[in-house]
Amino acid sequence: MSSAGTSVSPRLADIVGAEHVISDPARLASYEVDGKRPAAAIQAGSAAEVAEIVKFASAEKLAIVPCGARTKLGIGLPPLRYDLALDLTRLDRVVAYDPGDLTLSVEAGVRLGALAQTLSAHRQFLPLAAPFLNQTTIGGLIASGVDSPLRQFYGTARDFLLGLEFVTGEGITAKSGGRVVKNVTGYDLHKLMIGALGALGIITRLNFKTFPMPLHSRGFVARFPTAAPAFDLRNRITRSALTPLTLEIFSPHVAELFKNKAAADCDPEPMPAGVLSATEWTLSTGYAGNDQVLERFAVDLQRMAEEAGATGSAVLGDNLQPAWTRKREFIPIALASSPAAVIFKISVLPARMAEILAVAQQAAEVNALPRAVMARGVGIIYFAVLPAERNEETRQRVSYVAGAIHAACANLQGHSTVPWCPSEWKTSLQIWGPPRPDAALMQKLKQVFDPLNILSPGRFA
Amino acid sequence: MDSRLLHDLKSLLGAAAVLHRPEELLLYEYDGSVEVARPQCVVFPRTTADVLGIVKLANQYQIPLVGRGAGTGLSGGALARKGGILTVFSRMNRILEIDIENQRATVQPGVINSDLSAAVAHAGLHFAPDPSSQKACTIGGNVAENSGGPHTLAYGVTTNHVLALEVILPTGELLRIGSAALDPPGYDLLGLLVGSEGTLALITEITVKLTRLPEAVKTLLAIFETLDDATETVVEITSRGITPAACEMLDGWTLRAVEAYIHAGFPLDCAAVLLLEVDGLREAVDQHAEDVAAVCRAHHAREVRVARDAQERDLLWKGRKNAFGAVGRLSPTYYVQDGVIPRTKLPATLRHISAIGEKYGFQIGNIFHAGDGNLHPLILFDARDDAQFRRVIAASDEIIQFCIDMGGSITGEHGVGMEKDRLMPLLFSELELDIMRRVRDAFNPAGLLNPDKIFPTAKSCGEIHVQPLPLAGAPVA
Repeated sequence: MSSAGTSVSPRLADIVGAEHVISDPARLASYEVDGKRPAAAIQAGSAAEVAEIVKFASAEKLAIVPCGARTKLGIGLPPLRYDLALDLTRLDRVVAYDPGDLTLSVEAGVRLGALAQTLSAHRQFLPLAAPFLNQTTIGGLIASGVDSPLRQFYGTARDFLLGLEFVTGEGITAKSGGRVVKNVTGYDLHKLMIGALGALGIITRLNFKTFPMPLHSRGFVARFPTAAPAFDLRNRITRSALTPLTLEIFSPHVAELFKNKAAADCDPEPMPAGVLSATEWTLSTGYAGNDQVLERFAVDLQRMAEEAGATGSAVLGDNLQPAWTRKREFIPIALASSPAAVIFKISVLPARMAEILAVAQQAAEVNALPRAVMARGVGIIYFAVLPAERNEETRQRVSYVAGAIHAACANLQGHSTVPWCPSEWKTSLQIWGPPRPDAALMQKLKQVFDPLNILSPGRFA
Repeated sequence: MDSRLLHDLKSLLGAAAVLHRPEELLLYEYDGSVEVARPQCVVFPRTTADVLGIVKLANQYQIPLVGRGAGTGLSGGALARKGGILTVFSRMNRILEIDIENQRATVQPGVINSDLSAAVAHAGLHFAPDPSSQKACTIGGNVAENSGGPHTLAYGVTTNHVLALEVILPTGELLRIGSAALDPPGYDLLGLLVGSEGTLALITEITVKLTRLPEAVKTLLAIFETLDDATETVVEITSRGITPAACEMLDGWTLRAVEAYIHAGFPLDCAAVLLLEVDGLREAVDQHAEDVAAVCRAHHAREVRVARDAQERDLLWKGRKNAFGAVGRLSPTYYVQDGVIPRTKLPATLRHISAIGEKYGFQIGNIFHAGDGNLHPLILFDARDDAQFRRVIAASDEIIQFCIDMGGSITGEHGVGMEKDRLMPLLFSELELDIMRRVRDAFNPAGLLNPDKIFPTAKSCGEIHVQPLPLAGAPVA
């Protein structure tokens, strides 16, 4: 690989400048994906450079993995081939922001944290409270398809991504959608790029609808001896007129997890007392509105929590920040807390969450595997298995859990995937779940966008 | 048409489900647009198996195949442009499953939009997308066109509410795309299929999200003496971050047409009204309504009326949703545009549309989803007069070009169909159109399904000599 690096570097340097081609093995280490190191990393400075690089790679049959802050490159199967890392972090301009229209156009390498500051100057925001928030780029976030607690109210990126520009595997710069809030002109190709891990195109620019920031918000937590009544409260809330912004259910293990060093690294402020319990399940919900609305939420939530059998509940005020930060950063915190963290993403109908969770818990219990659970109100469960060791014996135990979860999910017409786990376990854990009926159609689309299979090859199957 | 095909279709579906005589086909030459195209036959499947059989026959006889719901579309999407078999889903109109607990419903494509909402109202739920034609249009058509409606401002368009589809590919494969559970792994094929205007697959089942009805609703009618005051109000409501459930505008001319028909109580002597709705928790709605009213007054609203009860509110909405019908009483034909602009450009755009009307000598009415920046200029004309029709198209193209110059788009909710295909090169380069064509071909390799839609045909392509735009938001060189 290093010889390929040496030979292609001068030609890549012609495109981006020598200072933006990295071929030094030590620096390339940080571009590794699943233990594979590319021959070179190229820091593109514009969409035009991205297109040039792809054309070059396509002529040379070099495989590219596009990347931003490289916080979520572990998602997906190991790339089949990986010659070039295409680093997009220099594409960091806010191209257009029209606060009056609540629309935004940004380059893919813009950091989410920096963008939040730009928007907050106009009391606006993007409802993407995603993990790795302080590092992650907007392009990486969209390409990885990772969700956020705010989806309870605002939906996911597919609900507010208005359009994007991307470069195909043939080096064609193309766009889809636009920058107006309503648009049915042409196929919604931009939706295809969400969560596609760069396999259909390299995202270079994204257009979003922005949202007004709520003036006042509060949180509410209720604690329960077991998971079932916590899910019962979730059901009561969604049946009511209340429309909270976030709604998560945490297992008792999360209290411990959120006190560890990784958690402190993501937010140095200590967790406020009374938010999570080390012995009980917690439902945590956030909401916004005027004073009367906040009062209504507090009264109704407290009443519903009592009806559901909560052992305690509390309205949280302004001291919430650390709790919210940790909730957002559940995944990185879980990943940092075990040498072999395996995080399942389970999706079922909301009313079946308690049922599938019981299966997962039972399988982990039987295999003596520590775990932590964050369930979103919309029907998504992050089930983190946190073994103390990374070895073959552990893999077998985790594999048993994966089998149980996949089977139970399939029975419920749900989905189970493993976005995060040790690289060497990916195949045996069946990280994309059971085979899918639309796999052939996906393959045909891959052919359209990337006929030579040089963009993130092999990450889906 | 081939008598063997006719025979095969009748054997498959029964004679009562196949129309082929010229007088029977007449009705199916039209949809809600000004386009005309006659199918060779019209068939009415009742089951997924029927549709599979139809697709197989279309392949066997290599004849075009077009899906159609109620035919209320406004871009010719459901017309058989190249003839062939028009498959009308009106008899596949069963609601298959309602899951109140999970707020899901699964329906056949021919279910009428408002019928679904009516069926779940007892549980305090509804299907949020509400096109003005919702009492006639089908959910299958809504999915194909990614339909909008007044309340999509706060609730989102059809694509935001569809979770899964059962589809039949033009090659005859039956597939489920998406699922009632969220976040199916892999590429978002569902997002691609919704709004693909019937060019990728025929839809045989749809699973949607149901949305809780708001606890409280307030509907306001703000009356303005000038068009500018009304549009400036919309700009400020948007920029202040107030998101009403709906924000519709009717200009004075349209109002008078509507009032003569519906008697909704609209003022006859004003330049424009805004029909605004706020909803949510009781505790929020009063303040929300007051915030909206304050902006209206700050922009010289002559009066801000609040509907006193559900009856008054329904009457105002009846006026809005039947506006196209009201205009239809005044003119043999009208042409509706569907351009979208950034909301900040509303005042300039409305002034420009008015100038275009004067330039071409047409009455142009404006009734539209102001809060979304989705315009519906209505140009009245007589389609029997060819010269007039050509001038209408020229005026309409000028409006669309202005929308594009403002950073907008050519269609917000009506679709490209066969009406705006020739405008596609205004927004997309030939390379970009080629990618979309290849996506179509991946699903629809023989081009049998809904041919000659969305993409400019060789002829219409040559008629437009313009450079495509860069992605909206790009700095203008």
